[in-house]
Amino acid sequence: MKVHIKNGRVIDPATGLDQVQDVYVAAGHIVGLGSGPADFHPNQVIDATGLVVCPGLVDLAVRLREPGGEHMATLESEMHAAAAGGITSLACPPDTDPPLDEPGLIDMLKFRARHMPGPRVYPVGALTWKLQGDRLTEMAELHESGCIAFSQADARMEDTEVLLRALEYAKTFDLPVWLRPQDAFIGRGGVAHDGIVSARLGLPAVPVPAETVALSTILLLVRETGARVHLCRLSSRAGVEMVRRAKHDGLPITCDVGIHHVHLSEMDTADFNSNCHLIPPLRSLRDRDALRQGLADGTIDAICSDHTPVDEDNKQLPFQESEAGATGVELLLPLTLKWAAETGLPLVKALGYLTHRPAGILGIPAGHLAIGGPADLCLFDPEAPWTVTPENLASLGKNSPYLGLEVLGRVRYTLIDGHLDFKR
Amino acid sequence: MSPKISPNLQLTEDGRLRHLLTLDGLPARILTQILDTAESFISVGDREVKKVPLLRGKAIFNIFFENSTRTRTTFEIAAKRLSADVVNLNIGASSQSKGETLLDTVANLAAMQADMFVVRHSAAGAAHLIARHVAPHISVVNAGDGRAAHPTQGLLDMYTLRHFKGPFHKLRVAIVGDILHSRVARSQIHALTTLGCPEVRVVAPRTLLPRDVESMGVHVYERIEEGIRDVDAVLMLRLQNERMQGARLPSSGEFYKRWGLTPEKLKYAKPDAIVMHPGPMNRGVEIDSDVADGKQAVILPQVTFGIAVRMAVMSMLGGGQA
Repeated sequence: MKVHIKNGRVIDPATGLDQVQDVYVAAGHIVGLGSGPADFHPNQVIDATGLVVCPGLVDLAVRLREPGGEHMATLESEMHAAAAGGITSLACPPDTDPPLDEPGLIDMLKFRARHMPGPRVYPVGALTWKLQGDRLTEMAELHESGCIAFSQADARMEDTEVLLRALEYAKTFDLPVWLRPQDAFIGRGGVAHDGIVSARLGLPAVPVPAETVALSTILLLVRETGARVHLCRLSSRAGVEMVRRAKHDGLPITCDVGIHHVHLSEMDTADFNSNCHLIPPLRSLRDRDALRQGLADGTIDAICSDHTPVDEDNKQLPFQESEAGATGVELLLPLTLKWAAETGLPLVKALGYLTHRPAGILGIPAGHLAIGGPADLCLFDPEAPWTVTPENLASLGKNSPYLGLEVLGRVRYTLIDGHLDFKR
Repeated sequence: MSPKISPNLQLTEDGRLRHLLTLDGLPARILTQILDTAESFISVGDREVKKVPLLRGKAIFNIFFENSTRTRTTFEIAAKRLSADVVNLNIGASSQSKGETLLDTVANLAAMQADMFVVRHSAAGAAHLIARHVAPHISVVNAGDGRAAHPTQGLLDMYTLRHFKGPFHKLRVAIVGDILHSRVARSQIHALTTLGCPEVRVVAPRTLLPRDVESMGVHVYERIEEGIRDVDAVLMLRLQNERMQGARLPSSGEFYKRWGLTPEKLKYAKPDAIVMHPGPMNRGVEIDSDVADGKQAVILPQVTFGIAVRMAVMSMLGGGQA
């Protein structure tokens, strides 16, 4: 399969490239940027006039809901939705049912994913058995099966001894550990930021120390063990400041934020909208601004969708009883463009948070455009408006805080390994 | 950065009361209208025939997902005095335990030709959720949702205050006790700040206060002696049994000693200050019997006024303005 992508605005955040030119793809690889190989006879020509051509997006947190969550969404539906969002590589957290804690489950997931169109799937294995926080998983075996990192997802980790040993064990194999900083006790049962809105609405609250106390524990243990740790879903100003200082001290850490936290705040939960029930909770506007500042100064390395499809039965409940999470794979790009527009960030910089930076965290050869590199590409119209409606979302999860709103930026083509996996 | 501007669920397009879910965001004119309407119903209870025909033929369903005898009974009496047909349902023990969702339960009841739901639920926002999904002819009255709101209690407290102490703009009021877990306190605060009370105080240990409670327009006092100094009214809150010992309080004894309202502490308030309590009281925990039964207490009138206030709310929602 040879593809000639003509006349697109080619952006490669890794190199700073941003110019209108052609891209040539053959046998799953990029074979030409600007000019193609001699006697290139494409099977397909894509006119990309008016479109941005960039590396396929790399999403660090996509719940595919298999195994165990098929009533919410299926591997097939969410792989398709991710491709519709321009995503070509994704990491899926281990909080499935059963959790991804043994090699057989990873083999099955990878086998199923390989045989359907859609992004490359990189499973994150469970750090502890059943995510219960007391017994390590067979990390080396899981790594051989394809796990690229190990995590507790949103499960609490009460025993800090186990956390210390998990980091030491992971360090033995130089495996990265992904942790969302969350104290095992503070804020248990909480569903909203401990701030002005929860004060008014009487929602059980999650105070900021739920994040910062855990963060300080993690940072001390990283200092102690030298383990490579990626911090997931930062939510608070104080948390951003701690990570900033730790990075300044040279700790081997990286950090991400969920796209909804870049835009929304506790104010959006004020009408009990359960689509704004997220983990971690949407915090104050000051916290949100600090997250934006953290992105701007490099404290936060990547933006992810934290895609969590939830069916209506589990969302149409009183806020505190509803299942947390928002659908995200199809909003990751438009909401990142919205953030870039609001902060005056050039596209080539903004897209870096969705491409080479998360690819670097995953340690995969993706997220940039290189001759000889994999032809994972996202072609999108940055000006195309569309309204977020259940019908316009390919994901089976229709749970979006943005339902009914118009966003800009629509993916037109997604190429994965040189195949046209999505076209709109 | 609100991505969705929701219409005010509680008001009709022409500004009349559509549902009563919370006092947060309800305009002062509606609150005053409810209090004024209640006043006209006070005398109904003194008549030989304690009924007015305003809601004749209307079906009111008291749906209680959380147990309550007192609140349910006062709603029932109020509905009956308006000549409505009343159905009481204690859901706590039936459908929910069988796994039926809240909205399914409500849809089933709506199919029984209900005109109004009076709902109590343990989760904040439950009444809002129901109100968003009911047919246009059905009104929802929140009879308490989690820690969020108990609007009829807040209103009857305003009625009591106005009755005994006159206009709100001249009052200094202290709310004492477990503010954090109290839907009553939240409704009182919203009502008082909306009605123009210039000084609303909350008095509690930091563990029983929401972190950003000041943002609701109240002044925080940790010590009761200072908190109730020169106030016109002391609004006591019930301390739930499960909060008496644990991470937030060491013991009911220590709470009583520091924050319980005794005759000695009450002396810090104005000499003619009134004492209110939403009931049921824990004597010897948040309030001393000598205060509860003393001449400054207006706790029983609160109950009586509660019926008139609930009649007012239901009649306004049912279309029959008094």
